[in-house]
Amino acid sequence: MNLIVAIKLVPDLVEELKINEEGNFLDLESLRLRVNEFDEHALEQAILLKERGAGRVIVIALDGEGVEDALFTAAAKGADQVIKLTGNTMPLVSNHTLARWLAPVIKSLQPSLVLTGVQAHNDLDGPLGPLLAEYLDLPYVGYVAKATMKDGEVEIRKEYPGGLAAEMEIDLPAVLGIQAAEQPPRYIAFSRIRQAMKTVQLEERQIPDPFIEEPIAIARLFQPEIGERAEIISGDVDEIAARLVDIFTDLDLL
Amino acid sequence: MKQEIFVLIEHLQGRVTDISYLMLAAARGITEKLDGNVVALLLGHNQRALANDLAADRILYFDHPDLAHFTPGAYQRVIGSLIEENKPRLALFGDTSIGVEVAGPLSARLNLPLVSYCKSLQVENNAIKFTSQICGGKLMAEGELPSPTALVTMIPGAYKAEQGRSVTPGVVVQASVPQLDKHPVRFLQYIEPETGDVDITKEALLISVGRGIQSQDNLEIIQELADALGGVVCASRPVVDQGWLPATRLVGKSGKRVKPKVYLALGISGATEHVEAITDSEVIIAVNTDPLAPIFNLAKYGATVDLLDLVPALTEAVKQATVKA
Amino acid sequence: MAVNPVTQRPTFNEIFYTSLQKLPDGERVRACLQCGTCSGVCPFGYLMDYPPSKMIAALRAGMFDRVMKTDKVWMCVSCYACTNSCPAQIPLTAGLMTRTKEELLLAGNVPVELQDALENTQRYGNPMGESPRKRAAWARGIEPSVKIMSQINRPIDVLWFVGDYASFHPRVQLSSRALARIFNLLGVDFGILGHEENSDGDSQRLAGERGLFELLVDKNSKAFQKYQFNQIVTADPHAFNALKNEYPKLGVNYPVQHYTQYLSAKLDLLRPLLRHEIKARITYHDPCYLGRANGIYQPPRQLLQAIPGVELVEMPHSAVNSLCCGGGGGGMWLEGYQWEQAHARLSEWRVREAVAIGADILAVACTYEIPRFEDAVKMVQKASRLVIRDISELLLESIGE
Repeated sequence: MNLIVAIKLVPDLVEELKINEEGNFLDLESLRLRVNEFDEHALEQAILLKERGAGRVIVIALDGEGVEDALFTAAAKGADQVIKLTGNTMPLVSNHTLARWLAPVIKSLQPSLVLTGVQAHNDLDGPLGPLLAEYLDLPYVGYVAKATMKDGEVEIRKEYPGGLAAEMEIDLPAVLGIQAAEQPPRYIAFSRIRQAMKTVQLEERQIPDPFIEEPIAIARLFQPEIGERAEIISGDVDEIAARLVDIFTDLDLL
Repeated sequence: MKQEIFVLIEHLQGRVTDISYLMLAAARGITEKLDGNVVALLLGHNQRALANDLAADRILYFDHPDLAHFTPGAYQRVIGSLIEENKPRLALFGDTSIGVEVAGPLSARLNLPLVSYCKSLQVENNAIKFTSQICGGKLMAEGELPSPTALVTMIPGAYKAEQGRSVTPGVVVQASVPQLDKHPVRFLQYIEPETGDVDITKEALLISVGRGIQSQDNLEIIQELADALGGVVCASRPVVDQGWLPATRLVGKSGKRVKPKVYLALGISGATEHVEAITDSEVIIAVNTDPLAPIFNLAKYGATVDLLDLVPALTEAVKQATVKA
Repeated sequence: MAVNPVTQRPTFNEIFYTSLQKLPDGERVRACLQCGTCSGVCPFGYLMDYPPSKMIAALRAGMFDRVMKTDKVWMCVSCYACTNSCPAQIPLTAGLMTRTKEELLLAGNVPVELQDALENTQRYGNPMGESPRKRAAWARGIEPSVKIMSQINRPIDVLWFVGDYASFHPRVQLSSRALARIFNLLGVDFGILGHEENSDGDSQRLAGERGLFELLVDKNSKAFQKYQFNQIVTADPHAFNALKNEYPKLGVNYPVQHYTQYLSAKLDLLRPLLRHEIKARITYHDPCYLGRANGIYQPPRQLLQAIPGVELVEMPHSAVNSLCCGGGGGGMWLEGYQWEQAHARLSEWRVREAVAIGADILAVACTYEIPRFEDAVKMVQKASRLVIRDISELLLESIGE
């Protein structure tokens, strides 16, 4: 069985986010990308399923800064095949567009299960998973925290607020939006990644139809106003502690 | 021509979720300025009573055994055909485990634009504007919602649940349910949350820890602070995922929504999935070494020192203050 | 050695033993007397299921896979106490302990905190996960300004390799600023790499990430090659150790000094500037990577003794017997794990020694140490008066700038 993992590169929030001159998008020059954290969980879940005998893991990602590192890391973790989707002129596209690009390629891989992160922080037009599922004409369930393969089906645990969860079963093939893998994404020694860089063949596939879905027009992109921010208490820890004790006292906590 | 704003009402275990009321409030804010109607969509089985406090002009109630529990297939079918027939101006969904699974697929299926992470909606020059919070709360995006029909998934933060509740709810109309075919996704059963632990949704003082705690071992000093203050320790997702605290202490989108008097956020950056669950707190105090952490947008007070340095000092100061009292 | 009787394929034990002997001086492991001194002198030896001598015993008995199943090897802070005391001069720290950690890492047996530090190093070039573009932010506002190599177009005398903690940790940044001002006052022609500098990688290497270390050497070497300078000076003994002993093995060879060596050679110029008295009992903590690992004991003491008013006293564990602060070999990133196992912090031991000899100031010369000892001071009851200062901070105080 083929377990496809779609990973997305998203703005790295460790770096300061700069806005372009027009004020309606991120400044691409200073932008740094990293793999969406939830996609790392999706990959981990796929590898776990593979380790339990479910099949082969194929990882696919759109070309962008760091995509090869990400794919070789996936290979080092156990992915059997890694594919880079090329032909895009921008590193960031809307999820509708990305889903349209990915769908035919993923379909050609004859997926039994497609896994992707339940969301990414830059999903202005909704997360990738549901859109991808629709273009693949497959069912989608998100907020998945556990998955067990059964004959022709996958049984999943879907998370709701408040600690509630639901068990659902889904006929394969299907798409899952992973909230958390059953264990945190594993560590992989860098020497193994380097090994993968030397031995693993990174496949390239062209975007079949470069049609770009009209993205949601952003009139203004900005950082939340400083005026709304907290009153920062200054001083050393003892001074801060003293001020906090005053605040707690004023709030009748002490 | 009256513009209709659909709101998908979410409910779990016999209760309508807070986000549903928030969306009704957001919808009302729009229809007051534009000539419009707020239409609440309630799907269930023998659950008509859930409509009793929904502040909407009209409530369409769909009753069917297959709608007793949320399944994506049935909900998409009902809402999808409703949107196709009625072509509302907007359809609002929660940015949740339920809402996203309806809005997302329908956006692709019906070729309708979708805006996510939406915190608030405003009317400006007869156009409807959205304000969305993205990139972990570090960025706000504003724009116009495309015509004629747009789908929106919403997050809490700009509206209060009370604004969406009403003692005189809208007219409830029992609507006909379209044919619900067998669907590849089937609901089996619920897994109840663990009980026996303290209920953080009822606590007045919460001391919450995030990634900044760095290791399970550091929870000791947090517990000492909580003990000194008479509060309860809770956490954001990374801490619970590691197993350092049980899921009953999880505050966030897939955890609990809390409304304490004081929420002390230690080493928490303020990512959307977490802060949407704390917007009902009276006072938020945040400690994070990153002065640009989004949590400071929500907090009333803050400090940019390392929590591992501050907490022991604070515990000491609290103990001394308590002794004096 | 145990040989698998059925298939004749080498066992993990054999492969490991062979690879160990291929390391520099590695064959000395065969001369182990099983005297147990290493395990005895190891600060956390009492907690390990297999302290160094038992590891070698297990290796000889073909039972090394048992060692691999425990996680107590992560208690090792690479302090060199064992290596230093071994009568057969086996490279225990750099050889046995590091190789074992490498294998644990390959097997995925890694405490989470360490995982984060290593992943951050790979992605951002520093274990804290800070943006590399902010690496020179500590130097802002110093006059004359600290030169960043990519912005000046000429050769300089001294390339100052600042290091991770000295660049990013708020407390340690103060000692970096002090040193920058001392360099300025002495007219040193120096520059820093800023965002082109990556972690030296020594602690990551000793924590078992050989591959990551080689990546960092490659990146730093590319940065070095862009510029012309006569020597490297660093305040970070871990960086010093790497640049002096490990980088050359990979073909990256530059003259390097620790700042205490550099400044003590310039004492004639420095001494007249040390005008103000610091009337205090000061004790100096020998960092493992300056002292035991590289034999540098006098220059830091010379600098301290040059400050008027200073009464320099020695702790019982000084010079070659110095007590590790617990930060090496990945220890900086195993705080939680080590506390869980030991419920004792090496840094607190050290602070207690300083307090016991009546020191007012504990002087340090390693960028890991200031935050570790200041944390320890908060936890040790009678230590509240003890002040932790880097030698550079004390020198600047005496200069009075």
